[in-house]
Amino acid sequence: MKAAVVLFPGSNREGDAVRAIEAATGHKPPIVWHADTELPAGTDLVVLPGGFSYGDYLRCGAIAGRAAIMDAVRAHAARGGLVLGICNGFQILCEGGLLPGVLMRNKDLRFICKMQHLRVERADTAFTRAYRAGQVIKVAIAHGEGNYEADDETIARLEGEGRVAFRYCDEAGVVGGLANPNGSTHDIAGIYSEKRNVLGMMPHPENLIDPLVGGVDGAGLFKSLVAA
Amino acid sequence: MKARVTVTLKTGVLDPQGKAIEGALKSLGVEGIGSVRQGKVFDVELGTADKAQAETALKTACEKLLANTVVENYRIEIV
Repeated sequence: MKAAVVLFPGSNREGDAVRAIEAATGHKPPIVWHADTELPAGTDLVVLPGGFSYGDYLRCGAIAGRAAIMDAVRAHAARGGLVLGICNGFQILCEGGLLPGVLMRNKDLRFICKMQHLRVERADTAFTRAYRAGQVIKVAIAHGEGNYEADDETIARLEGEGRVAFRYCDEAGVVGGLANPNGSTHDIAGIYSEKRNVLGMMPHPENLIDPLVGGVDGAGLFKSLVAA
Repeated sequence: MKARVTVTLKTGVLDPQGKAIEGALKSLGVEGIGSVRQGKVFDVELGTADKAQAETALKTACEKLLANTVVENYRIEIV
């Protein structure tokens, strides 16, 4: 599995993404600059890392979503290539038209940085095959704009097509209520594209790959991708 | 030619920032405030004197970047 990590001005989790991919694959993925127009030949997986691209100017992910490299990312996704957007990467995927909906300001206006439980909605995708469907994992969240919103029709389509990847839940796997940190519609923490080859998620699985720093629940996502 | 583009949240979209401002105005004792919605204003200097051409350019700018039409509306005024 050949991965590449895209770097935008203001990205700050690219190092974490590189480390998680290297731990899973044994290879250090190349960093691709946002102004480049091509991905490295043979790229299977493109990762859009977290951070604050362009200082969150205009709207989170709005300017990065229209960067030169995004045409190559869109073409890669259209060919069925894998794309993973984490946190700001998820916002960029929504702004760049690769995923529907938008990430709005957290309901209580606060930047949230804490550990959070998620329910893995399905375990038959390239991103989640190392998990069990319904499994509860504990990963980190760190965002000010993670409140997923879309029109009713889009939400119904995402639910109907089984495109919700992760939902916010409590330790016991109960979804909703206080377990929802940001007001996200239907407790959505991550969604897939139609063909399930694009995943956008607010939480940070790349930070939970080492027992030394709080757990390894995020490693399953990268193990899944290696098998893809 | 100059233009002003106003981008506002669509009706029904939750606006926590507007709500916080509304709360602050009420706690300041400013009377007569019903509700507040926050938006953005862009003042654009145009490189053309042709009004139709300017409107086309501004509409493209709004659709492509200035507004996220999933949740936002925009209004263009040539001033």
